[in-house]
Amino acid sequence: MAYVREERGWARLILITVSFLFVALMLILPLAQVLSKAFEHGIKPFWEAVSDEYSVKAARLSALTAILAVLLNTFFGIAAAWAITRFAFRGKGFLITIIDIPFAVSPVIAGLVFVMTFGRLGWAYPFLQEHDLKIIFATPGLVLATIFVTLPFVAREIIPVLAARGTDEEEAAVLMGAGLWRTFWKVTLPHIRWALLYGIILCSARAMGEFGAVSVVSGHLRGKTNTLPLHIEILFREYHTLQSFSVATILVIVAILILIARHVVERVGRKEAEYYVR
Amino acid sequence: MRAKKSKTLPGFGISLGVTMSYVSFIVLIPMFSLALESADLGPRGFWRLATDSRTLAAIRVSFLCSLAAALINTVFGLILAWTIVRYRFPFRRLIDGLIELPFALPTAVAGISLTVLTADKGWVGYPFALLGIKLAYAKIGIIIAITFVTIPFVARAVQPVLERLSPDLEEAGLLLGAGRARIFLKIILPEIFPALLTGFSLAFARGLGEYGSVIFIAGNKPFSTEIVPLIIMSKLEQFNYDQATAVAILTLVASFAIMFAVNRIQTRAALFAGEK
Amino acid sequence: MYVELSGINKSFGSFQAARDVSFVLAEGTLGALLGPSGSGKTTILRMIAGLESPDAGDIRVGGVRVNDVRPSQRGVGFVFQNYALFRYMTVFDNIAFGLRSQKAPKAKIQERVGELLALVNMEGLEKRYPGQLSGGQRQRVAFARALAPSPRLLLLDEPFAAIDAKVRRDLRSWLRGMIDRLRITSIFVTHDQAEAIEVADQIIITNGGRVEQTGTPLELYREPATPFVARFVGDSQVLEGYGRLVGFGGAPPDGQCAIRPEFISVCPPGEPVQYENSAEEAEVVSLAFRGSSLEVGLRVKEFALTAGYSLESGPLSVGDKVKILIFRVYAFQGEKVKLVNNDRLASLGNGYNFAI
Repeated sequence: MAYVREERGWARLILITVSFLFVALMLILPLAQVLSKAFEHGIKPFWEAVSDEYSVKAARLSALTAILAVLLNTFFGIAAAWAITRFAFRGKGFLITIIDIPFAVSPVIAGLVFVMTFGRLGWAYPFLQEHDLKIIFATPGLVLATIFVTLPFVAREIIPVLAARGTDEEEAAVLMGAGLWRTFWKVTLPHIRWALLYGIILCSARAMGEFGAVSVVSGHLRGKTNTLPLHIEILFREYHTLQSFSVATILVIVAILILIARHVVERVGRKEAEYYVR
Repeated sequence: MRAKKSKTLPGFGISLGVTMSYVSFIVLIPMFSLALESADLGPRGFWRLATDSRTLAAIRVSFLCSLAAALINTVFGLILAWTIVRYRFPFRRLIDGLIELPFALPTAVAGISLTVLTADKGWVGYPFALLGIKLAYAKIGIIIAITFVTIPFVARAVQPVLERLSPDLEEAGLLLGAGRARIFLKIILPEIFPALLTGFSLAFARGLGEYGSVIFIAGNKPFSTEIVPLIIMSKLEQFNYDQATAVAILTLVASFAIMFAVNRIQTRAALFAGEK
Repeated sequence: MYVELSGINKSFGSFQAARDVSFVLAEGTLGALLGPSGSGKTTILRMIAGLESPDAGDIRVGGVRVNDVRPSQRGVGFVFQNYALFRYMTVFDNIAFGLRSQKAPKAKIQERVGELLALVNMEGLEKRYPGQLSGGQRQRVAFARALAPSPRLLLLDEPFAAIDAKVRRDLRSWLRGMIDRLRITSIFVTHDQAEAIEVADQIIITNGGRVEQTGTPLELYREPATPFVARFVGDSQVLEGYGRLVGFGGAPPDGQCAIRPEFISVCPPGEPVQYENSAEEAEVVSLAFRGSSLEVGLRVKEFALTAGYSLESGPLSVGDKVKILIFRVYAFQGEKVKLVNNDRLASLGNGYNFAI
């Protein structure tokens, strides 16, 4: 180790200790709290809370919204990345800014914009009434709000990878007669698969856990428009603390799985990149 | 949006078509509806609704608590990033991985957990309660919740910059006689400052909009522990769409201003990066 | 001796970067650490600067052991390979950095930085940032920054590596001139033997963490001490079994040697050969124009040789059968090298003795 970096002594010790304390207090303790409350009276009440009819329904709805949001945003992310990195067109900067908007907007406002569009006062309401469609306080509203909040994740991960890579391989493929579909699957996808997977993981995490936006559009109809986070809120507010933390435990497990998956994808992706760059 | 199609690649029409329809339907039209609603209010009506005393109090709470949380995370985020990049010690990878937890954990879960933890009878709240300090259902609680959800921003912004920082620079400073403090302040800090500022701004912006983790712990007392997103929410529940819209527009303007600032910081930083 | 290294050892894990390194350098001279990449030359330079500490051995500067002296107190100026300019500081602030560390008074800093800007021809550019400078300008700023605190020893790590070939030649002579003017003891690291030979007073050749040989450029060129040096310096080719060449019959059957183009004289075809019985038969297999002369590829018995050929010496074309004279070779004897003259040309004496 070089002189500058072989730092020993007090500074090192203090900084490492501070890091440990901060992580223990701010991150590990809250996790421990969830588990401790959930299993306060052993495994049986936990299991009852988790397998409760409404919990299962909420889990199903959460899974459905998350899957839809991830699917659509993945499809969108690929299209957007292709358009932005492969072609020059006017308004590209504007498009990139729009894609970033959901990151900058409070989740509550994300829900609000859909209420203002499709809700009772929204300009699309008469049309929806006419055709007997329901978006706000119904599943489509939840899906829309979730899509809005998670829209940038996939696009944001693959745009830099595609942009950094240049277009010569695709051009070669096209010159050799490959169509759009084949060029994408055979040439482009192998380069972006890890970034894509990474984006999908981030997108799923946020979609499963979104609270503010879905809270606005759900109307809190138990068993109908309750996702897991909303269900947790209701249980907590009704002082069913144990049940609330039991359901939360499921989401903690999902979060940890997501962290692990993320870590693995990052490592494998980096290794592969090193291998191909060599 | 006329195309200058310069490349030989296929798929311009379909990819841009899909992209534009999608963002229009999901982002542009709904945002536009909000703007439409606020236009009905007129400037005076808008201003009256967006700045009533209860909203102003909430703006103050949101602003101060987000600022405090962002500052806390700037300090600890920098320490975490530094420790992880510069030192080798047991559980380093675990800490590195755990930093992401707030992004993966649903905010509602964080909210209820932090609330129980810091309540007067909670593990952390109890000793403070003995000293007469209230954590949950007070402003400190709001700061704790926002701090939790914004932990990754600064650390993750600074980490890659620290990793890429060439040891030559520090060695040059060392040979030219600079002490550790001067090397840090004059050489390292300017290099990581744009990242630090970016992380701070993102954390601050996220804090202003944060809802899920805060509402449980805040207590939500008007004029004291009520945050802006909650005002919007409660106006909505009272079907007071006008005021909800007005407050939302105000918040949006603030968010976009921060986003714009972050963009400027990054452009400026890129200017200096010419050397590498 | 001004800079003195004795018995330096340094390992990074299982990799040994320096093995028993010892050499000396006189005051006011310019030394070159020359070697292939991975030979340990940069590590040696960094140990002199104090950026690495040796596992064993002593480093002396000006007669004082500096092993335990902090890098900033050693009085060395260091020019990094990629310059390591502080890109958030102007040219002025970069150069002033070391002086400000010493808490020099403002007026003094102003004056000294002005001097250095003039020295490196960068007046008027002091408000620029490194990102706005060309490669050559950055190198000059790095040089000025290293010199600003008036170091007693200047260390340069591959100072020309990051610069394109055209500018490099100018910078070389500029640097040489600058160091002559300042009379500051300097050491630079390079992997380019032409650069070391052209610029340095003293060359230290490193290989695999060892010092192979030290000496003036001419000494190294003329009297390589080890097979590595004989191969590394000059456009040497290595031959195996050179005893089969006319005039080198005394060599062991599988004897190895290094031979340089200037050791071979090609007699123009059709002209009388002076030492007929000492000459070899050769076939011209390739011809290449090298600016002021031709490079001739030759086939002699089973050997492929390269020789120089003056443009004035008459026509020559590929396929020609020519006579060549081989004056001498560097014979490898274990880890040693011996200059062996063509025994049939012994009457000519050793023409390889001259002094500059």
